[in-house]
Amino acid sequence: MAWMAWTWPTAIFFMVIAGLLITFSVLAIKFPETPRRGILRIETTRGDRLFITLLGSAFINLAWLGVVGAQQPFALIVCLIYALAVFRWV
Amino acid sequence: MNKTVNQKAWFLVLPVLLLVAFSAVIPLMTVVNYSVQDTFGQNEFFWSGLIWFEEMLASDRMWDALGRQLMFSGIILAIQVPLGIFVALNMPKSGVWSSVCLVLMSLPLLIPWNVVGTIWQVFGRTDIGLLGYTLDALGINYNYTQDRLAAWVTLIVMDVWHWTSLVALLAFAGLKSIPDAYYQAAKIDQASRWKVFRYIELPKMSGVLTIAILLRFMDSFKIYTEPFVVTGGGPGNATTLLSIDLVKMALGQFDLGPAAAFSIMYFLVILLVSWVFYTVMTNLDKEES
Repeated sequence: MAWMAWTWPTAIFFMVIAGLLITFSVLAIKFPETPRRGILRIETTRGDRLFITLLGSAFINLAWLGVVGAQQPFALIVCLIYALAVFRWV
Repeated sequence: MNKTVNQKAWFLVLPVLLLVAFSAVIPLMTVVNYSVQDTFGQNEFFWSGLIWFEEMLASDRMWDALGRQLMFSGIILAIQVPLGIFVALNMPKSGVWSSVCLVLMSLPLLIPWNVVGTIWQVFGRTDIGLLGYTLDALGINYNYTQDRLAAWVTLIVMDVWHWTSLVALLAFAGLKSIPDAYYQAAKIDQASRWKVFRYIELPKMSGVLTIAILLRFMDSFKIYTEPFVVTGGGPGNATTLLSIDLVKMALGQFDLGPAAAFSIMYFLVILLVSWVFYTVMTNLDKEES
């Protein structure tokens, strides 16, 4: 795997994402759900909301990096608020 | 009626997932790894944190390329969508000529990108190309290798030639699905041609047109081969679109770190648009059913 140029931070990053995907897959199997319509007027399941959260978080982090500077922990706090909002209202 | 969703069927896509893992996910993970490191070759890497992302976000080069890319996508959409609808409206609805039109319209779609690029590269040359030679003979100063405007016009006309058929075919499919009763009702009401288009044809085509717009946006946003073959991103940087700039950075300059950061941001934009595309399509299907 040396050719992939792994580092610990990137490995942790992917482990967190993999962990989230596995958790949500297990949740989806154990507790099936009906899709619902939120403020975006589209049907979403928990998985969709996770996707919207992750994609949005990527943009929030980039915006933070570009506008404020490399202080990502603060950006992550914004992401967390965003995630809560997505899971509550979308 | 709300049905509970059974998610177990997702396990059936595991084989595809494995395939995609090798062809896309693992290379993408490698790109993420590159984006936080620096290298001078020999597969030796040094941790550099987020500086490549900061550098890219602050670089005029990337924003300029993004601006050109958005302008390119905007212009081709503004031409191809109305033109495609216009062509579809004027195509024969049935009979032999309908089939002839359909075959002719499909031809440009069957030609590989690099061949399209080569066709237009030769077509536009003032020494041997029919278009370039004719324009030159008419006294019009046309040289796509030196003049920015000529380069842009060539790329846009080429893309319009290549892809308007797709919009036209989709719009045509939308038109064909309108029952005759609608037109008869319009005739009884003595509706004008414009009103028939505005209140019958356009609403009935809106589904396929959404798909056409999103498809054309995504495709034009990723365009690489045709401009690369025709202008190579020139003159200067005039037609250096995002993917051309990215390849220059990654392979030309071997700046793997910045190129990786650039790729990730580019990928995120494509991912966002694809998601919108998928969501709009699935929601349209649901509304129709």
